Amino acid sequence: MRKTREATKKVQLVKLAHARSGDKGDTANVGLIALKPGFYPLLAKKVTAARVARHFKGIIEGDVERFELPNLNALNFLLHGALDGGGTISLKTDAQGKVFSTALLRMEIDVPRSLKL
Amino acid sequence: MKSPVRIASGQGFWGDWLEAPYHQVTGGPVDYLVMDYLAEVTMSIMQKQKSRDPSLGYAKDFVPLMRRLLPHLVEGKIKVIANAGGVNPGACAEAVIDVARSLGLVGKVRIGVVIGDDLLDRLDEIIASGVSLENMDDGRPISEVRDNVQSANAYLGAWPVVEALRQGADIIVGGRITDTGITLAPMIYEFGWEKRQWDLMAAGTVAGHMIECGAQCSGGNCLVGWEQIPRMEKPGYPIIEAHADGEFVVTKHKDTGGRITVPVVTEQLVYEMGDPASYITPDVVADFTSIQLAQAGKDRVRVSGVKGAPETDSLKVSLSYFYGYKAVGTLVYSWPDAFKKAKRANAILRRRLNDLGLKFERVLTEYVGVDATHGRLAGKPDPDIPEVQLRVGVRAEEREPVERFSREIAPLILNGPPSVTGFAGGRPKVEEIVAYWPALIPKDAVETRVEVWDA
Repeated sequence: MRKTREATKKVQLVKLAHARSGDKGDTANVGLIALKPGFYPLLAKKVTAARVARHFKGIIEGDVERFELPNLNALNFLLHGALDGGGTISLKTDAQGKVFSTALLRMEIDVPRSLKL
Repeated sequence: MKSPVRIASGQGFWGDWLEAPYHQVTGGPVDYLVMDYLAEVTMSIMQKQKSRDPSLGYAKDFVPLMRRLLPHLVEGKIKVIANAGGVNPGACAEAVIDVARSLGLVGKVRIGVVIGDDLLDRLDEIIASGVSLENMDDGRPISEVRDNVQSANAYLGAWPVVEALRQGADIIVGGRITDTGITLAPMIYEFGWEKRQWDLMAAGTVAGHMIECGAQCSGGNCLVGWEQIPRMEKPGYPIIEAHADGEFVVTKHKDTGGRITVPVVTEQLVYEMGDPASYITPDVVADFTSIQLAQAGKDRVRVSGVKGAPETDSLKVSLSYFYGYKAVGTLVYSWPDAFKKAKRANAILRRRLNDLGLKFERVLTEYVGVDATHGRLAGKPDPDIPEVQLRVGVRAEEREPVERFSREIAPLILNGPPSVTGFAGGRPKVEEIVAYWPALIPKDAVETRVEVWDA
């Protein structure tokens, strides 16, 4: 029997997660935390390092690393080359990467249409 | 043995809320007040102050704070651990002793001083001994910046602070002690933990990370449910209730605002996180993927299960060096066509900078209200947007082009696009850039010393 593909809908991450970001030199980190434990597997599956790199294309200069913290229902992303040199060197308003968190929450992912928000 | 030991966070950075440490020592029972004063570039500012006046070079705010708190600290038998000593912990300790004496607390307070983190005078000797001090982030050799180095400090861990506690110190000031070490140290001291108990070292380190940013773990800067977080006019700063087995509870005083829940403290746990399985401090390598959190009552989160691995054989060194100059100028353009006007002004400004032949390492334009925080992710602005702030920054090795740039903003008010305002601040300030250079040094190349003085 052919497996039917489950119907999906697009949901912005802000409905599924909260986040905090900070800096280490020219790297910004974003911790992405599932709003409900049940959302974590979806985040882990859909919000890949490659997907985040695409999201921030043209905004960051380096690559993206991802780490998993299933114990906290959280993912941690390192966005390299994100801060125009970082710290005191940077000319950016967000020189310390404080709002990369909410910039990531703008991303949309496909979730099952049946998912309750 | 005291159990639990209550460790209260009083400052998340130099410049944090002045009322916080007062509320922490007067709002309920605590045993320790820990305060983090040092950011990377703070040390270079302090080295400059010290070179002008050998009695300066520490966080001066700490002294009036001690004047305010000391009577409460003595009465409540509360000990203080702070890295307020900057590049001159001895002078900071002497100032605190003067305060204690003026308050009539002679013989009632012992001041501990942790020395040895400051490597500035030993830098050539250290390099000559074969320590490369190459940049940890990008591998550049120290020779690129050696002549411009303004400060060099090793990050010290908990153990020198433990030594000061063992020698009976009540108020401990040091220089570049890690923000996690100042919280771990009282646990080691009170519970008699040993160095190789890596899980316990890691538990205390996680506790330190949890409270190192003050209210950022009790509702401040918290995204989840932010509108419902109560009474943020008087946020309760976090308190660790530590137990000998490494379990601890994060909480705050009663009758304070803010919130301590699993989602709230999770935001702080992931803050400034690198590889969570390998959070490296001078004391241990903590594994943040082992942390278990559970709500244990209102505004109480229990933390357990923390695992740690043996310490590494090096310490991180934070060097600061002169990099160049920068300035940022802003103008505000109003409706109609606010964004268009701001863009036109930017184009005119850049053409003028170009025509003047000014060379910059970087010129950055942002439009506040449109793209300054989220760039293109923010989408197109409303064509009727009421106002847009043009924000242009420049950076160069030499002062001259940056200085000239600072004189090119104001003329746009009369000779550029219309409906411009918001320039009351005057000409942009030319700032010296002191940049940060992280490196590693073998632990045995750094010698720490502890002294304890009676007030």
